[in-house]
Order: sequence, then C-alpha cells, then structure tokens
Amino acid sequence: MSEEPGTPQVAGDGASAPDERVRRRRWYQEALSKPSSGAIIAALVAFLVFSWPLWECVGDAGACYGRGFLSARGVANWLDVAAQAGILGTAVTLLMIAGEFDLSIGSMIGAAGMIVAIGMAEYALPPMVAVALAFAFALAVGAFNGWLVTRTGLPSFIVTLGMLFLLRGVTIGMTRLITNRTQVGGLSEYTDGDPFSTLFTGSLTLPFLDIELKASVLWWIALTVVAAYVLFRTTFGNWTFGTGGNSVSARNVGVPVRRVKMVLFMCTAGAAALLATIQVLEFSSADTARGNLKELEAIAAAVIGGNLLTGGFGSPIGTFFGALTLGMTQVGIPMAGLPGDWYRAVLGVVLLVAVVGSNWVRVRATGVRS
Amino acid sequence: MTTPRTDTPLIEARGLTKYFGSVIALQDISLTVRSGEVLCLLGDNGAGKSTLIKMLSGVHSPDEGQILVEGKPVRFSSPRDALHHGIATVYQDLAMCPLMSVARNFFLGNEPTRGWGIFKRYDTEAADRISRDELMNMGIDLRDTTQAVGTLSGGERQSVAIARAVHFGAKVVILDEPTSALGVKEAAIVLRYVVAAQARGLGIILITHNVNHAYPVGERFVILDRGQSIGTYEKDELPKEELLKLMGGGAELDRLSHELEEYAAEVERGDSGGPSAAAAG
Repeated sequence: MSEEPGTPQVAGDGASAPDERVRRRRWYQEALSKPSSGAIIAALVAFLVFSWPLWECVGDAGACYGRGFLSARGVANWLDVAAQAGILGTAVTLLMIAGEFDLSIGSMIGAAGMIVAIGMAEYALPPMVAVALAFAFALAVGAFNGWLVTRTGLPSFIVTLGMLFLLRGVTIGMTRLITNRTQVGGLSEYTDGDPFSTLFTGSLTLPFLDIELKASVLWWIALTVVAAYVLFRTTFGNWTFGTGGNSVSARNVGVPVRRVKMVLFMCTAGAAALLATIQVLEFSSADTARGNLKELEAIAAAVIGGNLLTGGFGSPIGTFFGALTLGMTQVGIPMAGLPGDWYRAVLGVVLLVAVVGSNWVRVRATGVRS
Repeated sequence: MTTPRTDTPLIEARGLTKYFGSVIALQDISLTVRSGEVLCLLGDNGAGKSTLIKMLSGVHSPDEGQILVEGKPVRFSSPRDALHHGIATVYQDLAMCPLMSVARNFFLGNEPTRGWGIFKRYDTEAADRISRDELMNMGIDLRDTTQAVGTLSGGERQSVAIARAVHFGAKVVILDEPTSALGVKEAAIVLRYVVAAQARGLGIILITHNVNHAYPVGERFVILDRGQSIGTYEKDELPKEELLKLMGGGAELDRLSHELEEYAAEVERGDSGGPSAAAAG
C-alpha cells in the first residue's frame, strides 16, 4: 500500500480493498460494536448463573433429569416467559428505533383479550371472528396513537400514558357492563377442536431434547426474524432508522416520517393483540387486569437488547436476547431456591448494567462523536 | 452589469416576498443561478438568508413573487417536491443521521432495491458500492461507507451530503452555511467540493456570512440586509473589502480597523508591552 496520502483506493472491487487509514479493529471490538452483543453476553451470563446449581449433574444426567432450570420443562417454562416479553419487545424495538414509545400495550393486552373472550362467550362469535375484531381494534388504537403523536408533536410517552389509563379503564368498565364481572372464563368450549385456535395454542416438541415449544415461542421467533429482515433488509427498515436518527433530515430527503411512525404504533398494538390472543386461548379465560406492567417489561427487554431510548440505533436480535435474559431471570430465581420476590430487584440490576454497558460499548466501539 | 447569457437560468426568483404575521421577513428579492455558477448569498444574522432559502427549497411558500425552474414557474409543495424539480438543499447541521452508516444515509429516501414483490429488499451491496464510487467521483476518498456518519468530521459530513445531492440528479444545490461550524482546513475542503460540483455543471447557491469563504468560490454575490436586497454584484466589479463593507458590518469594521491602527501605533511607540496587534482586514 502506498503511504502517500490521498492515494485513491481502487473503487469498485468492493470492501475487500484494504486502506491504510482503516485501523484494523480486533474481532471483539467489531463484535461489541453491534447493538445485540451486550444482550448476548447478558443472556449467556444469566444462563450460566441459573444453571450453575445443576452442574453437579454433568456426567450423571439421570440425577437431574426432569427437574430444574435445564430440564425440558424448565427450559419450556423460561422460554414461554421470554416469549411474552419478546413478542411485545420486538415491536417495541422497531418503534423505539423510530424514536417513539408505546406505554399503552400493557392495557391493550387486557382490552384485546377481553374482546376475544366476550366476543366468543357473549356474542357466540367464532374464534376467528373474535380474534379478527381484537386485531382490528388494536390496529385502530395504534393508528390513533400514531396519528395523535405525529400530528400534535407531543411526546409519545405522554400520549400513550394517557392511552394506558384510558384503555384499562374502558376495558374494566365495559366488561363489567356486559358481563357483570371482570373475568371471563370457560372459553375452551368455544375453541376446542377449532383449527384456527391451534395457531395460538398449539406447540412443537423438539426431537431428542424433548423440549416443548409453545405457540408463543414460535410466534416470538418468527416475529424476531421478520422484524430483523424488515429493519436491515428493506426500504422501510432504512426509513425506520432515519426517522429515529434524525426525523427532520429524514423528512427532507423524502422519508414519510409520519407514516413510518403510524405503522410502527400499529405494530406495537398488534403485537399486544397477538399476545392477548395467545393468552386467552391458552388459559381459556380473560381478565381485565391482564398485561399490567407488560409494557415496561417489553421496554426492559429492548433496552437490555442494546436499543437506544433516543432512537436511530438498535436491533431486534438484541431484544431477542434481552427477552431471553428476562425470562431466564424470572424463572431461574425461584428455581435456584431464591425467593421469587427478588425477581424485580435482579431485573433492575440487569437493566442498569445493560444500559451502562451498551452505552459504554457504543461510545467505545463505534467511536461515534456526539 | 452582466453580459446576458443565452442559456435559461436553472433557477430564478422574481420579487420574492415573505411575511410572518406583521413582520416583513423578506421583500422583493430576485436572483438567478445558471449552470456552473456559484451564487453567494451574504448577509448578517437576521438578514433573511434562511427565509429566502426556505422558499427556494420548498419549506415555505412565498407570499408574493415567483420561482422559475429552467424558465417554468413552479410552486413547491414540500422539500421533497423541490427535490423532484432538481433543487437540493444541504442544511448545516441536520443533514445526516449520526448512528446510521454512510451508505444508508446516502440512500435514505432513495433506497436501491433488489428483487420483486414482497421479496423486494434493500440492496446493501449496491448501496455500499455506489456511495463509495460516487464519493470518489467528487474526490471524497472515504475509508469505509459502512461506518457510522457520526464518526465523520463536520466537513466530511457536508461533503457526503453534497455528493448525495449530486448523485440524485440535483441541478441546483443550496448550501446553508456549510462552513460555519468548521475549522479553516475543513472549510477549505468543503469549498473544494463546491467547486467540484460547479465543474460538473451544477448551479450552487452558497449561503454564508463569511466573506473569506464566499469570495474565493463565488462569481456573483447577492447581499441581504434586514430583509431587503442591497444588490447583486459580479466578482470583478467588487473587491473583497467593498464586499465586507456592503455586508452591513461596514461601519463597525471601519471603526474596528481604526481602533486597531491606533493600538498598533501605540505599540510602535513602545507604550504597551502587550501582544502586537494584527492587521485588520
């Protein structure tokens, strides 16, 4: 390589041409500059910590089979918990990258679940119609959230906080008006043998490992793949990054910033409706209180996943591992014999470490000047 | 004044006027920019430069007057609309998303795609290659177009924005204070890209309040003061000192250079041990 400054590098032959001004970064620096790396480390640490008490079984699998964190049931258990945070978290991630928040999804779980339950129990709708109604309602509310945020320019934090209370209140009020209760149960008689319902209640058992993957886990994995593809491989994904990175300049180069945000608000509400449907059909009951604080768990999964609250940076892959960390922590603590009361405390510590860590990593590894 | 050229101006403004409530932000401004021409828009803060370019770039619409693109009257409904007419604006600080890669920034809003239907996808490889080649054509030798824009210096960011405008078929590039936040060397680099774009036949409108940056590259100067045009001058009829004076700071600068001269004289007499005063101008 010539030492002469300004020597044009051979253009056109792709990224293979080395340039003397590009400092070769160590592989770990390269890896750490990805938004998801912190979450992968967090998930690994959580996995090692919570499977620690079981290490004595290594070499003697029979001794531990069927119980604990690494057992087939244990794994299925924390995967299911992770999936719940992950389904919401994936949509929240995209919205967060576009620079907005949605706090209303927790209440949306209660509302959409109730629509499914009441639709079937009170109005004898087929499950498919009841679910379609719930999704239509969720998408409409999501669109309204997006419309209000983009039209007024108010912070989405406030707008969706209002919607959080509004939706919960309306859900409780309407449910009591229609059914005189706040819970609707015994739904299995409407869903048993219904092929559509198995989309949300079915499961897949992994061969050899004998681990049962519930519908929620499969939906979670599918949503993560779709979200990652859309974000990194489509025009809409580029718009999402641009919208969150610098919405004024994105608009100036022709990105329909408002439409992007509207669509993503509809995605978060839709994800809440999906989770609600899964829960209602699986437990064959609905409760107006369901989904409480789920919006914060979803944000926690996204933040542990290395997504920036300020937008413009992040990855659904990171959120996937963030949700995994969350699930393992929540299930692992009682399994390790610790009182489950400590779950929130541990989650808080994990969250703080993740935020500080990902901030440090971003500054160090990308070398981004503010 | 000007020997009239035969080619129609790329962009022409006739009697543009803009009111904000009772405030006359801009009154009766006219200008023309032809292919391969650099027009400098000069004026102190609050002179109306920003209002003028916001009208030319489609952010505001004029209350009176007309904008013509290649001889045809137009009315921009949005910055996007102006872009469609070949008028691209590079804003001083809002041009880029710092955490996105250079290539993604370059193609934001105009993404190259591959495939068809729901398999239509963002073509990462083409974006990287085209942006690198296009930057190279402008003489911008960037290390790596997948690096985040935030890792670039201010001058490099401006240069990428200019190259982007050129690539997407801009006929006129409006540069809003491209050098105001830059160091001397950086500013020189950006001005070199301005000349490169000019050499490719673009019309350039350069907004600045720095005469030292405007004078080397500009051919014509429109000077604004308090929302009105003081006049349009060709470079050969206007020495730099005259230009400085016209920019509204004339009287103040006169007084300043007077004071400096007195100070220098004092130093010469040995009354003061302070640092020697720099010559004014």
